[in-house]
Amino acid sequence: MKPNPEQYTATARTAVADPVLQKALAGLQDRFGRGTALAYQQLPEGPDLRHVAHDIRMDAIQHLDSLLDELAGNFRKNGGQVYFAQDAKDAVAYCLKVAQENNVKRVVKGKSMVTEEIRLNDALADAGIEALETDLGEYIIQLANEGPSHLIAPAVHKSKEDVGRLFTEKLGIDYTDDPPSLTRVARKALREKFLAADMGLSGCNLACAETGHITTVSNEGNIRMASTLPRIHMVFMGMERIAARLQDLDILLRLLCRGAAAQKLGTYVSHISGPASPDNLDGPEQLHLVILDNGRSKMLADPDFREMLCCIRCAACLNVCPVYGKIGGHSYGFAYSGPVGAVVTPLLIGINRAADLCQGETLCGACQNACPVNIDLPRMLLLLRAKLADGDEKWQVSRRSSLEKAAYQFWARIMQNRRTYDLAVDAAQLLQRLLPTNRGMLRFLPPPFNGWTKSRDMQPLAAETFAQWWKANQKGDAHGKR
Amino acid sequence: MKPKATLFIQCIVDSVFPKVGQSMVRVLDRLGVSMNYPSDQTCCGQPAFNSGYRGEARGAAKRFIEIFEDAETIVCPSGSCVSMVRNHYSDLFENDPRWLERARHVAGKTFEFSEFLVDILKVENVGASFEKRVTYHDSCHLMRGIGVSRQPRTLIANVNGIDFVEMHDADRCCGFGGAFSFKYPDISTAMLEDKVRNIEASGAGVVVGCDMGCLMNIQGMLNRKNANIKTMHIAELLDHETQS
Repeated sequence: MKPNPEQYTATARTAVADPVLQKALAGLQDRFGRGTALAYQQLPEGPDLRHVAHDIRMDAIQHLDSLLDELAGNFRKNGGQVYFAQDAKDAVAYCLKVAQENNVKRVVKGKSMVTEEIRLNDALADAGIEALETDLGEYIIQLANEGPSHLIAPAVHKSKEDVGRLFTEKLGIDYTDDPPSLTRVARKALREKFLAADMGLSGCNLACAETGHITTVSNEGNIRMASTLPRIHMVFMGMERIAARLQDLDILLRLLCRGAAAQKLGTYVSHISGPASPDNLDGPEQLHLVILDNGRSKMLADPDFREMLCCIRCAACLNVCPVYGKIGGHSYGFAYSGPVGAVVTPLLIGINRAADLCQGETLCGACQNACPVNIDLPRMLLLLRAKLADGDEKWQVSRRSSLEKAAYQFWARIMQNRRTYDLAVDAAQLLQRLLPTNRGMLRFLPPPFNGWTKSRDMQPLAAETFAQWWKANQKGDAHGKR
Repeated sequence: MKPKATLFIQCIVDSVFPKVGQSMVRVLDRLGVSMNYPSDQTCCGQPAFNSGYRGEARGAAKRFIEIFEDAETIVCPSGSCVSMVRNHYSDLFENDPRWLERARHVAGKTFEFSEFLVDILKVENVGASFEKRVTYHDSCHLMRGIGVSRQPRTLIANVNGIDFVEMHDADRCCGFGGAFSFKYPDISTAMLEDKVRNIEASGAGVVVGCDMGCLMNIQGMLNRKNANIKTMHIAELLDHETQS
């Protein structure tokens, strides 16, 4: 899937009019949004563990260079191979090189958003390598040739009827919309692929510098099979996804599972520290860890956005965001959707390109409250807007609208003086008399405010301002009386 | 000694909903609060700040600070404007220690109306009467920005004769979001439709809130749908039939 955040408004318009999607999103948020809030309350340490976790993450990010060194050293000591990839192209090239050197024809994948970010599947397909998604949701959207619409529940936009029709068309089964039957069909198809695969790919929920191991979480067991059955396992991790010590990883893992699916622990948690060896016969012959930068160093270098690297991609923010809850994941036009997407996508692919993502939000703050590591997403949305408003050299942002800038400059001049403010109110009072009304309210506003009156009326300006009323009704001077 | 309040009447209440400010004045007056109103105030700068225009917002913020910094206590009928002063003025002046200090000083004594009543005046019952079923909408910046959700509920529940019911998802955003509401009208409308549906399902005839931005949004759709539900600022509710 090619990134297309420019289509935010248009895709959102389609999404809000899709009753199947609306029902699915409401169900998702009702279940996980509430469940996660409750799960935080029930933490043995209490919900404030989120703040502890924020400090743990920030501390790791501040020491990222040395921690990555430590991770790479320990991972290699355990027999694994480590590759630091500058960007998407670099990461993809390394994967293809290893695949070609080892005559890999068939790849099975565990769910990994970072491989969506670098569009690895397209590259593998172009190289003639079959790459099959094995997470049930990812498997469904791969069959449908679509991108994920949620970080954890990638096929949340599909109804069981959609999946039934898709399986009938693509897998040749008789139509059914019975979820257990459909899951059995997928399971059977996937089992054969697992057994035949030459290489398994997975993401990495967390890596631990102290031990040199990586941790994956799934609820289907597919990552465990993808990482143990094929002779090669390649792990992709964003370079920020690191815990300094095992005790930090424990806290983050417990919060991750609560944030992602309101669970105390995911059904399958794997701690993977190395390939098979003479003293440890289990595991693949080769274990590769690809540590991806792809724009993250730039975030790290900017104190304003460094906090975004704390994100562990659990999707808790998606499950409470009222905007995501209406427009779904595809509107964000990139691997990452919801509030995390609204901040990280502009930073990864360009703030101007993804301008609608950071402006098309209400700053309601629900995301921060739901975040297991308490990331202040609204703060960063506001900073991104500031860059769009006035341009920014460091991030190569050009001013989005000179007209809007002029309007706010004009606004600022009016607000700098009570007399100009009163004149502006007087003028608007005159102008509003020209507008049509409905039950005492304005039924139509001129551009740029006409979006409001598409679905709403607007209370007109009052005949008398509060200031005028106060003056008329107070006998004392402006600083006294009452 | 009589408690004092310097009134911060945000632009939307001043020009569109002055009755909300008048109700606030009457309620505070009955509670024996001595008030003053700096007549040259305009706007705290929030609209510009939320849209990214920090330079423009800074100008408005400086003006606000100059006007209000000598006040003992500042009271405003909006959680959103108080959140701007309390949480975001420090963002505007992070590189200007002198102004930052002044901004913090003002932020520390600026309160939202229901917060002022309950937390500062320690008043939980103002003696108002209102015999209708009402529900309450949590405004985002009020609830998540400055942590006020208990105070208005306490005040509402203590109104004589009131039938106070909680709606589903009371704390979910109504889709206003300032400029968001007209820049992204389809998304805003979809969010607002959910809110209106939840208000209707509560069976309430009145939806009470503490922020006119949200209430203007909700009222706009209720009016368009010819719904028989009214919006009411908490100051107006508490001003209701207080004499009895």
